[in-house]
Amino acid sequence: MQRRLTTWLLLAPAGVWFAVMLVLPLCFVLVFSFGMRAPAGGYVPAFTFEQYANLPARGTAFLNTLTLAPLGTLLSLVIAYPLAYFLAMRADPKWRTTLLILVIVPFWTSILIRSYAWIFILGGQGLPAIIEWLGFGPVRLINTPFAVLTGIVYGYLPLMVLPVYVSLERLDKRLLEASADLGAPPLRSFLQVTLPLSLPGVATGCMLVFILLMGEFLIPAMLGGGKVFFIGNALVDLFLQSRNWAFGAAVAVTLVVIMLVTVSLYMWLMRRMGGQRDDMALM
Amino acid sequence: MRLYAAAVFAFLYLPIAVIAVFSFNAGTHASQFTGFSVQWYGKALSNPFVMEALRTSFIVALSSALIASVFGTMAALALQGRVRVVADALFYIAVLIPGIVIGIATLIALVTLFGWINPLLALLGPEGQAPQLAMGYGSLIAAHALFSMSLVIIILRARLAGMDRSLMEASADLYAPPFATFRQVTLPLIFPGILAGFLLSFTFSFDDFIIAFFVAGSETTLPIYVFSSIRRGVTPEINAIGTMVLAVSLLLLVAAQIILRGGSRKGAS
Repeated sequence: MQRRLTTWLLLAPAGVWFAVMLVLPLCFVLVFSFGMRAPAGGYVPAFTFEQYANLPARGTAFLNTLTLAPLGTLLSLVIAYPLAYFLAMRADPKWRTTLLILVIVPFWTSILIRSYAWIFILGGQGLPAIIEWLGFGPVRLINTPFAVLTGIVYGYLPLMVLPVYVSLERLDKRLLEASADLGAPPLRSFLQVTLPLSLPGVATGCMLVFILLMGEFLIPAMLGGGKVFFIGNALVDLFLQSRNWAFGAAVAVTLVVIMLVTVSLYMWLMRRMGGQRDDMALM
Repeated sequence: MRLYAAAVFAFLYLPIAVIAVFSFNAGTHASQFTGFSVQWYGKALSNPFVMEALRTSFIVALSSALIASVFGTMAALALQGRVRVVADALFYIAVLIPGIVIGIATLIALVTLFGWINPLLALLGPEGQAPQLAMGYGSLIAAHALFSMSLVIIILRARLAGMDRSLMEASADLYAPPFATFRQVTLPLIFPGILAGFLLSFTFSFDDFIIAFFVAGSETTLPIYVFSSIRRGVTPEINAIGTMVLAVSLLLLVAAQIILRGGSRKGAS
């Protein structure tokens, strides 16, 4: 009895925190999404699907996000996989931990400052100046989808490398020896043994990068210059500039629904692959 | 292969290096290096807006990290060895849901709640003197602590799961009261995890822009200050601030990683 009481007392502060700062606010968003906009901005209680019917008004933001987020995820994967492979299979074990830390650390540092660095690099005085000096004519890099994609890959690469690394590292190396002993050339061993066994890590990485990208605001705001905007940018506009809370809430709910669908799809895939969940490798 | 890895590492670190190099630029033009100087650091550190924002960020990061470490540790201990589906779901939601949704949700929930509570509070005191709730330090700390708490709980649960339970049973068998067992056995074992969680929480809060953007009220944190300055144009002063912010987080992160990894190796043996 006393044990139970202790347990509940220990859980109480965190429980209250999660209830007030997470569950309650999310309920508010859901309720608001069925409401109406007050004439001066803000929210008037109502029960209407008007806000959801109005979603196409922000169609461009959804379209941009739903094209650039998968593209960014794919690009991150293509760049991250060989690095993860190198770290797990080829790197000197003495250096492995250090290299791994070097991959993780940028992810936890300010994405604001790191995106800012790309304004600097892709801006008029940076890479374009060098390209022009090399004689390739004037190019514009900043405020283009290319700049946003660069920022995305740069920002989210670590999040892709880690789960892939974990699944490659766990892979039973004897399987590769067996494959080689049976006369399979290295490429075939890779395609038939390594790649299929690393798919759970690939799925985890893609899921993490994709759902975080769905809510991205800073990268398009800084590198897209208002020309390439995401759902996140629409949300900032709706809540902080035009103060259309009800419509903003509907956009936010839609965003969360897209995320939930992604996560369910991921869980379903993982169950089918029978893989372990690697998602907590990010710390 | 090795070359490829080197190229990716260069991709990850070159932009950071560029910022750092240009923060020591003597010239006033942001992107032409004309000589070495630390004048922009001096400028940044004597700018009252920067210092005020730094102070706010520091207070928020420290408070939210402390709250998260204490309450997170308590919760992680209570959840030990039990599969709590609801609790697990909440931690993952808190970590994985985009910061922007958390920011929006917190904004509208708190503004609405304050709108309900403030008229009641106004009854407590004379006109204009009653305490009123508003967005600011409180909402910043509370919102950051939510994310950080999930972080601490996830780190600690991984650690507790890998811990040798027989040590705690032995302590109980030797008639140590539960609190003594906690202080002399459990706490020393999980302390590296708590410390790493604290450092990660601090870094998260110190670097967070998007949640703060919505819940800061009239306060300005350092990332909010930097964001609004960038909108006004790229200056060497921002390079200096950025380099300092990066240096602080890099230091804390490397420390957290060393503590986590060093500790987990010991725990595994």
